[in-house]
Amino acid sequence: MKARFAITALVALLIFCAGYAALFIAPDEATMHAIQRIFYFHVASWNAMFCAFFVAFYASVAYLVTGKRKWDALGVSGVEVGVICCTIGLITGPLWARPVWGIWWTWDAKLTSTFILWLLFIAYLLLRGLVEDPEKKASLSAVFAIFASLDIPLVYLANRLWRTQHPQPVIAGGEGSGLDPTMSKVLLLCLFAVLCVMILVLVDRYRLELLRNEAAELRYEIESRGLDVSNGQETPALQKGAQ
Amino acid sequence: MTTAKAAAIILAKELRLEFRTRELLTATVIFALVVVVLFSFAFDPTAAESRRYGPGLLWIAFLFAGSLMLNPSFAREHNNETLDALRMAPISGFAILLGKILANFIFMSLAELVLVPVFAVLYNLSLTGIVSRLILVLVLGTLGLTVTGTVFSAISAHARMRELLLPLLLLPLLTPLLIAAVESTTSLFAEQPALDRTWLAFLAGFDIVFLTASWLLCDHLLEE
Amino acid sequence: MPATQTPAIPASIGVSYHNVEKRFGSLAALRGVSLEIRAGEFVALLGPNGAGKTTLLRMAALLMNPTRGSVQFTNGPAVVSGQVRAQALSVSPKHAIGLVGHSTLLYDELTAAENLTLFARLYALDRIPEKVAVALDDCGLATRAGSLVRTFSRGMRQRLAIARALLHDPNLILLDEPAAGLDRQGLAWFSTRLARLKTDGCTVLMSTHARNESLDLATRAVALAGGRVENDSGTSGDPRALLAALRTER
Repeated sequence: MKARFAITALVALLIFCAGYAALFIAPDEATMHAIQRIFYFHVASWNAMFCAFFVAFYASVAYLVTGKRKWDALGVSGVEVGVICCTIGLITGPLWARPVWGIWWTWDAKLTSTFILWLLFIAYLLLRGLVEDPEKKASLSAVFAIFASLDIPLVYLANRLWRTQHPQPVIAGGEGSGLDPTMSKVLLLCLFAVLCVMILVLVDRYRLELLRNEAAELRYEIESRGLDVSNGQETPALQKGAQ
Repeated sequence: MTTAKAAAIILAKELRLEFRTRELLTATVIFALVVVVLFSFAFDPTAAESRRYGPGLLWIAFLFAGSLMLNPSFAREHNNETLDALRMAPISGFAILLGKILANFIFMSLAELVLVPVFAVLYNLSLTGIVSRLILVLVLGTLGLTVTGTVFSAISAHARMRELLLPLLLLPLLTPLLIAAVESTTSLFAEQPALDRTWLAFLAGFDIVFLTASWLLCDHLLEE
Repeated sequence: MPATQTPAIPASIGVSYHNVEKRFGSLAALRGVSLEIRAGEFVALLGPNGAGKTTLLRMAALLMNPTRGSVQFTNGPAVVSGQVRAQALSVSPKHAIGLVGHSTLLYDELTAAENLTLFARLYALDRIPEKVAVALDDCGLATRAGSLVRTFSRGMRQRLAIARALLHDPNLILLDEPAAGLDRQGLAWFSTRLARLKTDGCTVLMSTHARNESLDLATRAVALAGGRVENDSGTSGDPRALLAALRTER
């Protein structure tokens, strides 16, 4: 308990420092000035998103291989957190683009691909919501998550190839290339900070899912025993408890 | 029994079932035609515009029609629980899936056989000289559509609202296929028709990736 | 996927459940069921709705896996004595299992003959047209061989469902309330068929919650309640007491 509090406090401090750095320490960008600072969190949230989705992919494979429910819990946590990070990225993008280029949205390769990614993983969550049996829910969503993850590189590649044929203004253009050294440091700090926040939320969500599963198990046990008691067979029920 | 032989038996069954009623095929063709007509209200097709937007609209029509047509593939097997009978038979799970994929591929191809000439007529596009290459693009694109669509039919058969769920799962996944197919088709309808090798390779890659994934994961799709 | 040879299935197989548990979400269908059914036994599975009979049968049909515990198929001699130990089969005996389920497992839009031919092909039988004709004749549907199953009455569908299940000469026969929907003629045919299967040494596991003639063939009765085995007349015991209890329930 204490350790978790300490870690949370540490990460909170970290993100505060990152925010401060992004707002005040990073030098002012030549053309875009203040609004450019959103770039630090925009890129960071997409980085966190990819990590979260990778965790979901890994967990899905692990679930299908081992059959252990904890992997399913990790999978859904990864997807949920990933979708949040993706949403943040998709919102900060236009917020940045509007003052700079005068347009809210552009169908450039990266944005389009990420939007599709968002749709894919929302579909995952919808699928889970529509399947009732927990075991089926877990295995079917794991299969879908694997298909979706395999699709991701194809989506990005297709969009990239397409955009080289039909060029359009690129929102996150030039990031990482020719960055001022202070900017690079601030970027790294933000990447790390947001990643830590993502991991923290992911772990919490994972724990929540495990608790939910445990609660379901307990409810199941209680119901089984309740049934036995009402049938008048008390001894077998008590013996079952020893299993 | 080999997977291929079992898949062939399942394929024969699917074909026999569909050709007895032809409901699905007819509905698919009509629906795709409706989409094509609706699009004609979205822009006034001059020759240049038809060449530019036509392929996109054609493939969107195929994707929409396909995602409706693919749903009954596994949903129908819940009728009288016939899927249980197939699962009990001494055949591999992939044989069942493959048989259905091939059946859907044939149905979709038949629909396209009707739709492509109609589309060419409606939008004043010439098919001369590009037919064989167009068929290649259609085959690769339809394969990707039916492989993923049949798998998702198996998935959504277990869920509520399956008619809505299937397109939701399928269409975002198919965007790379859509891009590749549209680009390949557009370059065939251009002033100087050319076969775009990059996109064709991409389509082939897409098909291979998802066919392999289906093979590896099919048992999880079919288990109770 | 490599080609599989039809493995050598022994003449008679049994099925044993080891501490089997099956959960559907928060619903417990089976709770710690251990049951050993020897080759050649004719077991009547009794119990009210929801007792777990269907789940037990579907597991033996390899349609579902237990949440916990295991189901194994055993070879071995017919029911003789407790000292003879049955051995677990190493191959999956799909060729040897036939199930008559709650649903007919038939394609409504295919004819009776087409349905049987399809499954005959899937089970890799030989001389298919001959076998299909014999099966249809046996269950009294020869005149309707070319009619779509959709046009059949309930009783006719059930007869065809039974014919389908027995087409490949399984020696582990799983029946889930098979008499449902059968008229008097159908029941008579069914009982005769079952008697023949019993003399051939097949293992039969039949669930029922109502009395019917074929119960007289039972060599053992197992009563389930609430997902557990409540009563078992045993391999060498007398099932009639439990079966009688069934009759008075109605």
